[in-house]
Amino acid sequence: MAKLFAVTLFVIAILSAIPIIRHTWWMAPDISTHGAPIDEQMSETMAEAGISFLASQIILAFLIWKFSGDRPGEKITSFPGGAKAMVWAAFLLVGTEVLALGVFGVKAWANVYFTPPSANAMPIQVQAGQFAFYFRYPGPDGTFGLIHPDKISEANQNFFGLDTDNDADSKDDIVAAEMAVPVNREIHLLMHSKDVGHSFFVPELRIQQDFVPGLDLSVHFTATKIGKYEIVCTQLCGLGHYNMKAYLYVLSPEDFDAWLKKEAALQ
Amino acid sequence: MHDMSGHAAVHHGEPTSFIHKHVFSLDHKVIGKQYYGLALVAVLIGMVLSWLMRIHLGWTNYAIPGLHLLSANGAPGNVMTPEYYLQLMTMHATIMVFFVLTTAPFAAFGNYFLPIQAGAEDMPFPHFNMMSFWVTFTGFLVLVASFFVSDGPTLGGWTQYAPLSALGPVGGPGEGWGVVLWATSIAIFCVGQLLGSLNFITTTLDMRCKGMSLWRLPLSAWGWFITSCMGLTAFAVLMPGCILLILDHVAGTSFFVPSNLVLNDQLQPHSGGSTLLWQHLFWFFGHPEVYIAIVPGMGIVSHVLITNLRRPMLSHRVLVYSMGALGVLSYMVYGHHMFVSGMNPVSSLAFSFPTLVITIPSTIVVLIWLGSLYGAKIRINAASLFALGFISMFISGGVSGFFLAQPSTDIMLHATYFVVGHFHLVMGVAAMFGIFAGTYFWFPKMYGRMMNETLGKIHFWCTFVGAYAIFMPFHYLGLAGNVRRYQAFVADYMQPLIPLHQFITVAALFTGAVQVIFLYNLIHSRFAGQQATDNPWQATSLEWSTPTTPPPHNNFGDTLPEVFHDPYQYGVQGSAGDYVMQTSPEQVNSPHDEA
Repeated sequence: MAKLFAVTLFVIAILSAIPIIRHTWWMAPDISTHGAPIDEQMSETMAEAGISFLASQIILAFLIWKFSGDRPGEKITSFPGGAKAMVWAAFLLVGTEVLALGVFGVKAWANVYFTPPSANAMPIQVQAGQFAFYFRYPGPDGTFGLIHPDKISEANQNFFGLDTDNDADSKDDIVAAEMAVPVNREIHLLMHSKDVGHSFFVPELRIQQDFVPGLDLSVHFTATKIGKYEIVCTQLCGLGHYNMKAYLYVLSPEDFDAWLKKEAALQ
Repeated sequence: MHDMSGHAAVHHGEPTSFIHKHVFSLDHKVIGKQYYGLALVAVLIGMVLSWLMRIHLGWTNYAIPGLHLLSANGAPGNVMTPEYYLQLMTMHATIMVFFVLTTAPFAAFGNYFLPIQAGAEDMPFPHFNMMSFWVTFTGFLVLVASFFVSDGPTLGGWTQYAPLSALGPVGGPGEGWGVVLWATSIAIFCVGQLLGSLNFITTTLDMRCKGMSLWRLPLSAWGWFITSCMGLTAFAVLMPGCILLILDHVAGTSFFVPSNLVLNDQLQPHSGGSTLLWQHLFWFFGHPEVYIAIVPGMGIVSHVLITNLRRPMLSHRVLVYSMGALGVLSYMVYGHHMFVSGMNPVSSLAFSFPTLVITIPSTIVVLIWLGSLYGAKIRINAASLFALGFISMFISGGVSGFFLAQPSTDIMLHATYFVVGHFHLVMGVAAMFGIFAGTYFWFPKMYGRMMNETLGKIHFWCTFVGAYAIFMPFHYLGLAGNVRRYQAFVADYMQPLIPLHQFITVAALFTGAVQVIFLYNLIHSRFAGQQATDNPWQATSLEWSTPTTPPPHNNFGDTLPEVFHDPYQYGVQGSAGDYVMQTSPEQVNSPHDEA
């Protein structure tokens, strides 16, 4: 039975690794300028974790195969290196591993969060609410009108609570239920939650960031590939959480201008 | 403090009435069994809930016969509504984390065996101990009661993130009474565990019998001791958090709700609260909780393994230090749950390093286990199979932690099924394997009868293969960006993943169903199992030297035992074979003495 266990363990370890090695189910291709270090970090971590996983499971299988059952006449022996060897191994192997991951990981993280957006990044505001995203472009004046929470009304389609009668900045704001961005242009995404916690996740953009009620956050990114992508909410926000999604269109500059004009006309 | 002679302060006579013997018992053994029974009921409910969820995830519109009986609103025409899915999910997680993974390995086995392994006749505060169980049981009833309030249990997940959890019914079904009952239940649960932890710590420090130095305690006792130290601090933070959450509901406070929130076009009457405050309070408890669930399992598995390896671990002390390091570090890593929460990104890095560092003591524990297998004579039985299975699951669940410990890779995996796969393997399945190993190992002592080995082995094989079939694919789903806590996968890119969900559902139904074998074995063996001897596994620690099996009311009869050895004298030539019991006064020249 011990040998059967060892074989089963070996087979499970290999079978588990195959879809990872073949990338049967894998991350969507990166379309951002900051994503490469994240992907690199993911590959390095996968290599280290994968080797640790396979090595430990196979060693466990081997030990069970070799050292199970009573073997009359044979004395119980100890691992030659003893516990000291194990502690050293853990500190050296895993310590180096985690130090390397930690240090290199800082670079990937810093790329996303410690680099401020450039001055000419295009500001877009995204507002999350149960259970939809709305996007706002500042219009020709380049300035967003103020949000008036008391004026927010789904019924009147005033999703951002704009006071267009009294607030000049808000008059030319363009509000859309889909997000479009020009390709290769840096976007400064200003995040606001209307009600509860939500999250903004676009796997291809290598961006996931929570919306925090009471705390306006921002992220910035540059999309490098024209196409249609999905934005999904990853923070449990209520019964419609699963259905809270929007499309992101990465367009050529010309198509983007046309899209913006079309949306402006609809306001 | 400790006079090495045992204390008689806890002496309480053997009860005669049924009520005092089996219901409101002061006997730590009965309380341990009560905790086990509670965990058993809870795990059955939790498992059925997971079946319902899995069927829904595989086949969203499938009408589950009879589901409307559970909730007419939640399952009109027997098809689960989106909110009902979330409500069942929240209850599944809460029941499993609190009332199974915390109660069974820690409170159940710890209560029964910690005093015996320490050589005490009971815990120092038996009334606290009795209260601990009944308070916990009340907490469970309060949680289950939320199934019966008008709009059902809360749908906010076991993490109950504010402000969704703090706004009241406007947040959605279950967000009114459901949350209040949830938070009340957990606050009550915390009280129960605080009382239990106090008893565990005092038993370990003050109640040991003559000769039982701390280093002579078995590893299982160390696991419970370390866990109770964690419990004392972690639950003490969650409880006030829950109280504040209740106040936000019933007293008009705004601890967790900021100003200017608009729901259903209504400006909410709250101001000044912080949503991240809840996350900090919750995860300051939440991460140690992971170790509260797993460290007792580590102790139990080490204890079971040693007996079946017929040799001590490579190092008793290194294992203890490593488990202790896990306990201490578990408080410094909680921020890794909040990398993308809007917390200062510098804090993410600050929390990332200790999270990575915690892999070192974990690796030491695994390497000590592996190194101890080397050269051993492993006895294969249901208990040792589950203990070995624990190691495998702990490794598998552990390595995926590398990804989640780093903020940069977490961007892609946060809130996906990768996380769900990770914690189910490392804390759910591994801890369950610890519980199974403990059950097969200690059942003979607890009930005086052996469990059926053949059934135990069948149970192991089906559960081992089944658990991998369920939880390994979770990681693939997560890599593909499959978000967790969705009742259906409507995003275009998630639809190709549905067949994999269906595979998981089939595996979950199978693995759940085979637990009937365990249940049958448990109940059948209780009444009709083969009679057990006092020491059926030829083990060394004190629970095997009680005068009767099961142990008498005061554990050791008229005189407390005296201990002469380290806990694991195996592989020596003693009068009883290859082992010498802790109570045996004979001289031993152990080949495994530690420097």
